[in-house]
Amino acid sequence: MATTTSTSLPTLKTIPGDEIRQLLWRFEDRYDLAMLVQSVRAVARGPVARLVASGGRLSHDWTPEKDALLPEYDAAGITAAYMSPEEGGFLEGPKNFAMALIAFELAWVDAGAATCSLAQHLALSPIHERGTPEQQQRYMSLAAPAPGRKTFRGAFCLTEPIPYVGVETGMLGGRVRVAYWPTEEEMAAGKEPILEVSKRGRFITNMGFANFVTAAVDTDDERIKTSCMVILEETDEGTYDRGTPTKKLVHQLSSTSDPVFNMKVPASRIIGGYRIEDGKVVPNHDHSSVIEAVFRRTRVGVGLMTSSKLLSAIEPLIRYHRDRFRGSGAVTPGTPRFELGLQQKQDVTHRLLEIWAAGEASASLGFTTARLFDELDPLEKTKTAILAAHGIGGGMAEFKALKKRQVEAIEFLDMQDHLESLRPKARYQALAEDVVVQYVILDATANVLCPATKLWNTGYGSHMMREAVSLMGGYGITEDCPGFLSYKWMDTQLEATYEGPEAVQRRQMSVTMTNPVFLAQFRNWIHEMRRVASHDPGTGACTLASAMKLWTWTLDHLQLAKDANGTKLYQSNRQGVTFPMADALCWLLASRAQILDVERLAAEGPKNPALEDGLDGTVQFLRDLCHMQAARAAGEVARICTELVYGYLSHPSWTEPGCGACLSQNDLVSMEALVPGASGFSDETVGEGGVHETKAGPCAVHPGLNDFAKLRAKLEACMTGFQLAKDRAGDSLTKVMIPAALDYPQ
Amino acid sequence: MPYQIIVCGGLAPDPLQTLEPVPGAASPGLKNEMMLPGVLDPWASHALYEAANLAKQHPGSTVRLVSLAPKAKLQQVLMTVAQKLPFELMALDGANNGFSDANETGKALGEAIAKLDPPMENLLVFGGWESATRGSGAVMQIVAERLGIADVFLAVDEIKVEEGGSFLVKERVEGGKHMVSRCSAPPAVLAWATGNLAEPPNHPQTGMANMRVIMPSLQKATPTAVGSGMSFASASLPKQVRETRIVKDTSAAEIAREIAEWLKQ
Repeated sequence: MATTTSTSLPTLKTIPGDEIRQLLWRFEDRYDLAMLVQSVRAVARGPVARLVASGGRLSHDWTPEKDALLPEYDAAGITAAYMSPEEGGFLEGPKNFAMALIAFELAWVDAGAATCSLAQHLALSPIHERGTPEQQQRYMSLAAPAPGRKTFRGAFCLTEPIPYVGVETGMLGGRVRVAYWPTEEEMAAGKEPILEVSKRGRFITNMGFANFVTAAVDTDDERIKTSCMVILEETDEGTYDRGTPTKKLVHQLSSTSDPVFNMKVPASRIIGGYRIEDGKVVPNHDHSSVIEAVFRRTRVGVGLMTSSKLLSAIEPLIRYHRDRFRGSGAVTPGTPRFELGLQQKQDVTHRLLEIWAAGEASASLGFTTARLFDELDPLEKTKTAILAAHGIGGGMAEFKALKKRQVEAIEFLDMQDHLESLRPKARYQALAEDVVVQYVILDATANVLCPATKLWNTGYGSHMMREAVSLMGGYGITEDCPGFLSYKWMDTQLEATYEGPEAVQRRQMSVTMTNPVFLAQFRNWIHEMRRVASHDPGTGACTLASAMKLWTWTLDHLQLAKDANGTKLYQSNRQGVTFPMADALCWLLASRAQILDVERLAAEGPKNPALEDGLDGTVQFLRDLCHMQAARAAGEVARICTELVYGYLSHPSWTEPGCGACLSQNDLVSMEALVPGASGFSDETVGEGGVHETKAGPCAVHPGLNDFAKLRAKLEACMTGFQLAKDRAGDSLTKVMIPAALDYPQ
Repeated sequence: MPYQIIVCGGLAPDPLQTLEPVPGAASPGLKNEMMLPGVLDPWASHALYEAANLAKQHPGSTVRLVSLAPKAKLQQVLMTVAQKLPFELMALDGANNGFSDANETGKALGEAIAKLDPPMENLLVFGGWESATRGSGAVMQIVAERLGIADVFLAVDEIKVEEGGSFLVKERVEGGKHMVSRCSAPPAVLAWATGNLAEPPNHPQTGMANMRVIMPSLQKATPTAVGSGMSFASASLPKQVRETRIVKDTSAAEIAREIAEWLKQ
């Protein structure tokens, strides 16, 4: 056996199924979403998987076989899931969580398919988030599949100066100019200015078949006040050149090319509309504000693609490990080698558990964030209406107005952290019902969770996906590897880059994580984890709380401290400080989300009779994964914080004045004569002729950092038991029942 | 003529799962059966697809699925089935698996259908001839007896309605042939083989419409105890034998001959 434990705790009986996932990710009451999952899954594991298996990924071109997937997406409701029922969709309410589920299910088989679906929604997002009612009605309806007409498909075009590929909204390529300015009479008759849009795109997804493009463009025309986003249709006057396929190495089931546009469109194509002021076209939204609203939502789905791959790797890996020696004449049925294969040894089980734990944590973080956006969306609309009623119409005025409400938001969070009986009820209730205050809280949280999901899920996920491939041995890097693991591994690199690479996410987090509202929330979360630990100590929640405490201490310290040269440590340009702190926070957020999800499963699971048989073992196993992940997170946080707290101090040297305190051999002899044994307490000594010990200098001592040292020591002790949890989970892994065969391609 | 089509259908574990019989208190069961993902029994699924197809051809017809299964498992399965075609649901909440007594199952289904008091003049009762869960092939006949329906067709692959209300039924018989019968009018019980229809694709909009009706029905599922009138001496998986030999340049005929010889051993 791979592990030996003397415990009699229940073990995992089967791989967690839909009932478990619905409870973990909190949609067990949403049959609309449960059906969507099944529908998307059938497409993913059917036509998509068959195309991957038949070599569909081995071409940069948008082939007829790839194109044939689009009607499959339409029929399965994937395309219409983004629309509201009045636009031709079938899901009520916000769609962030639904989109996240779609991305997760498609990426279980192939992330290129997920990107293809996501890019359609990405193209529509600017219109959905900031478009005029007329724009929303037209494009959302046309993009909803309907019998008897072609589905209108879109692409989103934002490219920094070519030939590079990426998201840098400040370095926009493409221009919009006024091509024709109507006369006053024409204006009075309703004629609009005509704009000329010139743009070259790079690595634009869906471009092989898009009927319209939402393009970000800057302007050098004095008759247009700001940059904006415009909608270009393939039938508009001018050049709509789809360009050559991008020679990308990943996500080959999505269409990407480098298009060229030179088109004339009416000004009403400016997303969000415009007004004429002083003879100028003034877009109601510049391109940055539109994109910000879009990316903060769609990035979540990208993060979940990588989570999905990690979890999809579990079953094929267990099967491979167990079956490794079967079929060899030398290994007979019934022997441990036959039954357990590679699982006889601890290495494969433990390494697989780390992949599994990372997959669970990243999925929990991603779905938590998606749900948060579903909560945020209606609040945002109400907030905008309330502010508008007070004459505040967005931009800096709105920013200032919301900032003023931060005090109340923090007050509410402080009260929330107290026992209900100790809260001033009336005040608490008033703040709980204040939409703007609640918006400020959720917005501050979302501004951290979204980039954290994108950054950690894809970055660390990519690393763990490589582990998954390596656990499959040479089989892992073949085209016919079950579960397409090597494709998935390569694809993770694009996910880490798509919609803003790691640096963009870290930069955003380095700002948003210092928002006092978020930090107030974060302090509450520390207490929340302690409470969880008090009734479920096996989750690692206490370890996590200690790590969270260490992180907040470090952040406070770094914001005030200076380095050995007297330069402030926490500042926007000092990414060597701010970025690692963002990384550390991601570990904490993911682990917290994972623990809370498992706690919910433990609480709600017993209500489902279908889970009666194996719930205890499943919860125990998932808790052990939580414990492992919390300890891993704590280790990362401890490392990062230690590096930052001590790393910017200069190490003392033997030549420094402080070295005068070193004791000579004679001093030590004298001390011994006075107090026997006292010489043992001296740190540094100097030998005859001023010779010191062979080392860099006197050992660094920082009395001012004693609090940090205590927190770190406490954290390390908090890791007690996590390896036992790993052994226990490893034991489960050798016993869990898996399906007889992988369920894709079907 | 519009028909009232009632389809009997239970659950089966997803066929890709590892299915291992284990002894239970009253009868054997499958290891971790409740934890395994389920599907609507494939034979019953064919019956349901045929029912929907027939209903589509005869406007005004209704399709009702009567299912004896654990309610929570059934709900999960319906997330897929309900997307495929429009139907109503009558759920009987009870343990039912491949080791249930066919007589007790038939009795429960028959009584449930009788309670609906369907008009006999346009009633068609569909179900699977067999089951993916060790079917006895007897349930639909027992249902027919309970409902007092004399026209029972087994291993049905096709139904074709004629002008005047009679219908032709194709039943599988020995030797890969079909027997064609003409039934003058409903009521009739048809236990389906595979039929001729492909599995309908998922259609979430249909699912949404279905579930608005199905969910309340599911909540009102009648608790139904299925008694066991038999005992099992043992239950085990068929033995698997794997013999591997690597050879080169062997003709298909030679391979076929070797396999045939091996089978005869």
